[in-house]
Amino acid sequence: MSISEKAHAPDAPHSPPTVKTRARKRPGDLAFSGASLGAGIIILIVLAATAFFLIAQSIPAFATDPADNPMLEGQSFWSYALPLLFGTLWSSLLALIIATPIAIGIALFISHYAPRKLAAVLGYVIDLLAAVPSVVFGLWGALFFSGFLQPFYVTLTNTLGTVPVLDLLFAGPVSASGRTIMTAALVLAVMILPIMTAICREVFLQTPKLHEEAALALGATRWEMIRMSVLPFARGGMVSGAMLGLGRALGETMAVTMVLSGSPIVAFQLLQSGNPQSIAANIALHFPEAYGTGVNTLIATGLILFIVTFAVNAIARWLVNRRAEFSGAN
Amino acid sequence: MTTPHASSAPARSISTGHLPGWAPWAILLGSMAISAAVFGVAQGAGDIADFNIAGTLFVGMVIYIVLIVVVSTIAESRRHATDRLMTALISTAFVIACLPLISLLWTVVSNGIARMDAEFFSFSMRNIIGEGGGAVHAVWGTLIITGLAALISVPIGLMTSIYLIEYGNGNRLSKSITFFVDVMTGIPSIVAGLFIYSVFALLLGPGVRMGIMGALALSVLMIPVVVRGSEEMLRIVPNELREASYALGVPKWLTIVKVVLPTAIAGITTSVMLAIARVIGETAPLLLTAGFVQNLQVNPFESSNGQMMTLPVFVYNEFMYPSASSPGASLERAWAAALTLLLIVMVLNLLARLISKLFAPKTSGR
Repeated sequence: MSISEKAHAPDAPHSPPTVKTRARKRPGDLAFSGASLGAGIIILIVLAATAFFLIAQSIPAFATDPADNPMLEGQSFWSYALPLLFGTLWSSLLALIIATPIAIGIALFISHYAPRKLAAVLGYVIDLLAAVPSVVFGLWGALFFSGFLQPFYVTLTNTLGTVPVLDLLFAGPVSASGRTIMTAALVLAVMILPIMTAICREVFLQTPKLHEEAALALGATRWEMIRMSVLPFARGGMVSGAMLGLGRALGETMAVTMVLSGSPIVAFQLLQSGNPQSIAANIALHFPEAYGTGVNTLIATGLILFIVTFAVNAIARWLVNRRAEFSGAN
Repeated sequence: MTTPHASSAPARSISTGHLPGWAPWAILLGSMAISAAVFGVAQGAGDIADFNIAGTLFVGMVIYIVLIVVVSTIAESRRHATDRLMTALISTAFVIACLPLISLLWTVVSNGIARMDAEFFSFSMRNIIGEGGGAVHAVWGTLIITGLAALISVPIGLMTSIYLIEYGNGNRLSKSITFFVDVMTGIPSIVAGLFIYSVFALLLGPGVRMGIMGALALSVLMIPVVVRGSEEMLRIVPNELREASYALGVPKWLTIVKVVLPTAIAGITTSVMLAIARVIGETAPLLLTAGFVQNLQVNPFESSNGQMMTLPVFVYNEFMYPSASSPGASLERAWAAALTLLLIVMVLNLLARLISKLFAPKTSGR
């Protein structure tokens, strides 16, 4: 990032202000710069159009009577959408809690523990994780991983399910198939690991070498060096990596759709068979059969998802960019 | 890093007070052996196939962490013990992350290989109720839709990155484009599908499903990836090349076409292939825009009954709505399609790495 500001191509030759010589504008130049400018503007238009069309298509969901709406069936829009929003936030938050320490661990392992040659290969392995299509993750999570985890869930319920505070999360009865919100969150965690690792690795590698060497020279062990010089330097980057991961998890559809058989409820229990549904999964499940204002209702929930992820991503990117600016100063 | 040679103690070397390099490995091996022995005994006369590998590894790791901390506290110091504990935890985190990947690859390959036959790649699902059938319609749909998406997003993405690097000069517009491209990378794929559906529903009436809609939805997701990738590649083209070209009187656009792009073409190809690999597995937007169908449809512009099947949607459909008479056959088809998809993605990834390695321009520094 920091190189970017310095490496721009020279524009028309800088001449002293008194002499007015400008590079001749050839037709080819005009066409080419116009085309590239147009492409850039198309992107902005697409983003604006996304917001515009989603809003335009969700208005009927609010404007019409809920009783006539095949998706709402008489209940108000918010009583339909809020449990879904809860499901989205809850599953993503769980995934984030699981994935963050592991992602930081992997990134540290690649940047500071593994031998240099091995690190490149390991980075590639993590990138492979990112390349696996989400539907394959969903299939694996539903048919293999949930069955694999189910015995552990039984143990968890038996041990933690009776502890006063924890029983809010781990109370039984355990789902017999293992296809619970916990499994969905674990699959989501695996899916958001690569992006979080990539960001963390990048900021860890940007730690000034002198800080690290100074810490080591003072007799710090490797972990003390990481705690004193790497982690404080990378705090902003780690936060934004986590936010980007959160954004990914919020919008992820297939893992939740295929792993869970959810329903629009608000429930904190992780291991039972009744599970909250997420917005994206709800759209994927009901969109093919939706008609009339039902479609508009689903689009309106999509708009909520869009706003939430947009905000999360914008904050994360803002943090990354702010960090990039002050890291260029060292 | 000087040895305390002035010390009076006899034979005091630099490694005094440290565990020898082989010690952690020996302890690790020992812990795993103990754990395996415990599980082996607990298994007793049971079948060897039921041997609990995950449990063995987990308990072995716990034993290792306890042992290394105790040993290190005694032989070295508390601080070194903390260091060894964190090293163990961080390495464990890495292994934990690799396990799902291995498990996933193994599950998909072992389950999918059964139906990777000629029938799978030569038949569609038309008039198939139970066993048999194939995914040829899905393969064609995926190829056509992804190809169209690439055709749309590569020019737009490439031109945008050219604007950002060569023309933008860090002005307001280019800064905002960079920011919004970054934000666009995080758009949920299903929202991209909803967006394209809303546009076409306004134009052609509700309920419309077309291949081109799927391609457009995918390009919404693909453009930012292409922009980011090719932007990085254009950025590392040395400025000297541009200046040399300008000095010879070559116009700017010709400089870009003849000097900058050829230098960066390997990297750009790589980023395009990675972008394709990323969108080829997208399910949700295709589910909403291209729909699903059981027979072959190769015309992406067909507006009545224009549904096109794609591989990810095929996997999803076979899993979510298996045939009532033989659900096992549906699942087998789903696994086989998942394996096909995984193979395509892996091949694209490997090709991309290979291209970037073989044709990378010689750059100085990083």
